[in-house]
Amino acid sequence: MSKINHLKTARSGPLADALFGQLARACAILTLALLASILVSLTISAWPAISKYGLGFLTNTAWDPVQEEFGGLVMIYGTVATSLIALLIAVPVSFGIAIFLTELSPAWLRRPLGTAIELLAAIPSIVYGMWGLLIFGPVLATYVQEPLQAMFGGVPVLGALVSGPPVGIGILSAGIILAIMIIPFISAVMRDVFEVTPPLLKESAYGLGSTTWEVVSMVVLPYTKAGVVGGVMLGLGRAIGETMAVTFVIGNFNQLDSLSLFQAANSITSALANEFAEAGQGLHQAALMYLGLVLFFITFVILSLSKLLLAQLRKGEGSKT
Amino acid sequence: MKLSPRFTFALTMIAGAFASSALQAQEITGAGASAPAPLYSKWAGDYNKSTGVKVNYQSIGSGGGIKQIDSKTVDFGASDAPQTDDALKAKGQIQFPTVILGVVPIINVKGIEPGQLKLNGQVLGDIYLGKITRWNDPAIKALNATVSLPDAAIAPVRRADGSGTTFLFTSYLSKVNAEWKAKVGENSAVNWPVGAGGKGNEGVSAFVARLPNSIGYVEYTYVKQNKLSYVMLQNADGHFVAPDDTAFKAAAAGADWSKSFNQVITNMPGKDSWPISGATFILMHAKQDNPAKGLEALKFFHWAYQNGDKSASDLEYVPMPKSVVAAIEKLWGEVKDGAGKPVWTK
Amino acid sequence: MSTSTTAATTHKRAHKFAQRKLVNQLANALALAAMAFGLFWLFWILLQTLILGVEGLSWAALSQMTPGPNEEGGLLNAIYGSVLMVLLATFIGTPIGILAGIYLAEFHPTGWLANVTRFVNDILLSAPSIVIGLFVYSVAVNPFHTFSAFAGVLALALIVIPVVIRTTENMLQLVPSGLREAAYALGAPKWKVILSITLKAARAGVITGVLLAVARIAGETAPLLFTALSNQFWTSSLGQPMASLPVTIFKFAMSHYENWQKLAWAGVFLITLAVLLLNIAARVLTRSKS
Repeated sequence: MSKINHLKTARSGPLADALFGQLARACAILTLALLASILVSLTISAWPAISKYGLGFLTNTAWDPVQEEFGGLVMIYGTVATSLIALLIAVPVSFGIAIFLTELSPAWLRRPLGTAIELLAAIPSIVYGMWGLLIFGPVLATYVQEPLQAMFGGVPVLGALVSGPPVGIGILSAGIILAIMIIPFISAVMRDVFEVTPPLLKESAYGLGSTTWEVVSMVVLPYTKAGVVGGVMLGLGRAIGETMAVTFVIGNFNQLDSLSLFQAANSITSALANEFAEAGQGLHQAALMYLGLVLFFITFVILSLSKLLLAQLRKGEGSKT
Repeated sequence: MKLSPRFTFALTMIAGAFASSALQAQEITGAGASAPAPLYSKWAGDYNKSTGVKVNYQSIGSGGGIKQIDSKTVDFGASDAPQTDDALKAKGQIQFPTVILGVVPIINVKGIEPGQLKLNGQVLGDIYLGKITRWNDPAIKALNATVSLPDAAIAPVRRADGSGTTFLFTSYLSKVNAEWKAKVGENSAVNWPVGAGGKGNEGVSAFVARLPNSIGYVEYTYVKQNKLSYVMLQNADGHFVAPDDTAFKAAAAGADWSKSFNQVITNMPGKDSWPISGATFILMHAKQDNPAKGLEALKFFHWAYQNGDKSASDLEYVPMPKSVVAAIEKLWGEVKDGAGKPVWTK
Repeated sequence: MSTSTTAATTHKRAHKFAQRKLVNQLANALALAAMAFGLFWLFWILLQTLILGVEGLSWAALSQMTPGPNEEGGLLNAIYGSVLMVLLATFIGTPIGILAGIYLAEFHPTGWLANVTRFVNDILLSAPSIVIGLFVYSVAVNPFHTFSAFAGVLALALIVIPVVIRTTENMLQLVPSGLREAAYALGAPKWKVILSITLKAARAGVITGVLLAVARIAGETAPLLFTALSNQFWTSSLGQPMASLPVTIFKFAMSHYENWQKLAWAGVFLITLAVLLLNIAARVLTRSKS
């Protein structure tokens, strides 16, 4: 049947190919158009704030809807700080999970455990927010914040880091919840790239008498470092853009007087979620949109850095992709 | 290609969805203040049972309500903060009150019973300014000679999100505490000098319940439903009153609704008046692009004024006095269609 | 290499070996601890959701409309709204995503358009969903003076597209080129090769990607807040605001009425269950085909 068909389609082939190619190309361009429209729309809405504050917006800590004085530093700090805490916790944990699943776990446990970890990604973000506020927050307050405050209360630097009302909200709380949310992403990528390490490399190392840890740290990790970096960047991207979970637990406090981890703070996404509905049409709304633009810019910077890092790593390996 | 059952089901749902886009006249949409939202939901449910008309009200905040009615994306907006008559005229809108609300400070101090602690506006403002930091501060002691106040730091709690409740609270503080007015002012979202932010009334009451020696402010319905520990406030006449419907009604009576509905009834005269009271308002366009929907909205509120008082009281809101309702329905004469004919014809 | 060893060297070697063994055991223990750490959170959150959710779940919760405060009711209009909007968004977003993914993997994968598209797609993947919602508000709600389920569908579709593009491209790249070359050798035109051979071979992975996208948008609240709004009543019209489970949960959970809070947790349970089942289905599909 294929022999007869191919004679018919041979004539329509080039035209159909061209059409199909154009269609596929159009969809790719649509993606570009999408991002462009979002950025244009954001810029138009943010224009009153951009023209009034310019780049000074990024270093101003004021946020006064009554006096109409806005600056984005508090939110930017909150976004960066919570994401960094999330990474600090999630990367080692994901690394441990990936090692366990690829090297240490018995074969029959691999699939169920792997699925279990990925189920963390399946939990909707509003559940994380509600659970974080109503269940995790009080536990954090009683078992972590209060003891830490009792321990480090008077100590100069550490004391400042743990000051503030122990209600279970704030940068630390948001950071921990974000970490739990991004662990499945980072560990899934790490696991995938660990698994594609050529068994020959690992077996040679084992054959020479290496321990598991030595194989992982000296053979697998160097081989997969590009994938690992990619996974970490994916997790970071998710952490920075997460809205609902952070909104519930970060406290929406627009001041940077205290750098305490327990103090309520604000992040870009939670400021948008909390304040957009109430924000007046003028400068307040424009300032919020300006923050949205800043978030896109931060994402752009992180992705560019990761691409550069990956390119450097690949160059170092001498491999050609 | 044979259509799988799932695919067919999905197609049917989609087809049905497009087909029923035609029946729009009997659905109207409103959005705005969250404080009266439970009541509007109850009214809408009962109204739907008796007339079949669907009035879909969604709480997105007072500011959101104003924005959406300005953009004409909803048929009516709702706001706890009234707008000036000049602003309304410029936008071509009318506003009228539906029910009276109260905002109540709540505390969590061991040994102090609900309604035992007395505060006044100056002290309350100073607490939220961060000037009074301990419960046994002389200013608080002066008002509460018989109450034993602990030597503990006050943990103020306020709203994280913008809200009409905050507007009423800060409006009151601006009237009774000069430094508050100068430094912070009144708005649905302000630059709070101190205080942890809870999300929604629920968030504030949750924090106050969990934090010892804390103080917060919530809408009255929360106090009654959750049996929170409220305080007595000193009103403009110098009396200390507890929050309840008579106190809110007394505050409403102090306002002159005949001149204009733009009344902020915080700190009203009257010996029983609760100082942090406020009405919640509905906003509609005077010139209706869709007169049928405008009429449906007015019919709904007419029904609510006639039949909704019991639901309001059950949910701890205070209905408007009948005299004011008469004035409100007279104002509805200004809602006209494209040709200038009034939509409301009763 | 000298084979003679002194006692000192043997001792040093044994000591070094013990050290290495210790480090290895420590690393293994930490890896195990990490695994336990991850599982701990999973079980805690799921258990809480289960306990609180089952409490609010009942036949009424699944068959009645959203109630007023302190009244009997259910989540039917919210469930219907979620299912309808998620399905529509998937129908709209998946073809666009697959076609773009095909372009990236099969047509000029190293060209400038492909590289830029990949980069842009990564940015869109990390875009906060609330910004997407606000964008759709300014494009599909404001100009038309009405909140609508259609705007909600649009916002969700914009979240589906980047996910599908990413997974489709990855899956297509995994198809061995030998398969393609064999098809070309038989004289098949390019479009046929892609659709009937390559895509078919990657079918399981692509479906997984679609399922993951569905799971993602099923739990999204922020994009629906300013597009589909919500609806107290039943509606099946796309031109009207429509209820959805995440938005309803958001509203009910933050209230102080017990019946609303119970329904909120029941809704949370429903969404989590649906999303978990979708994810498991996706896993089963990939594993069974690979």
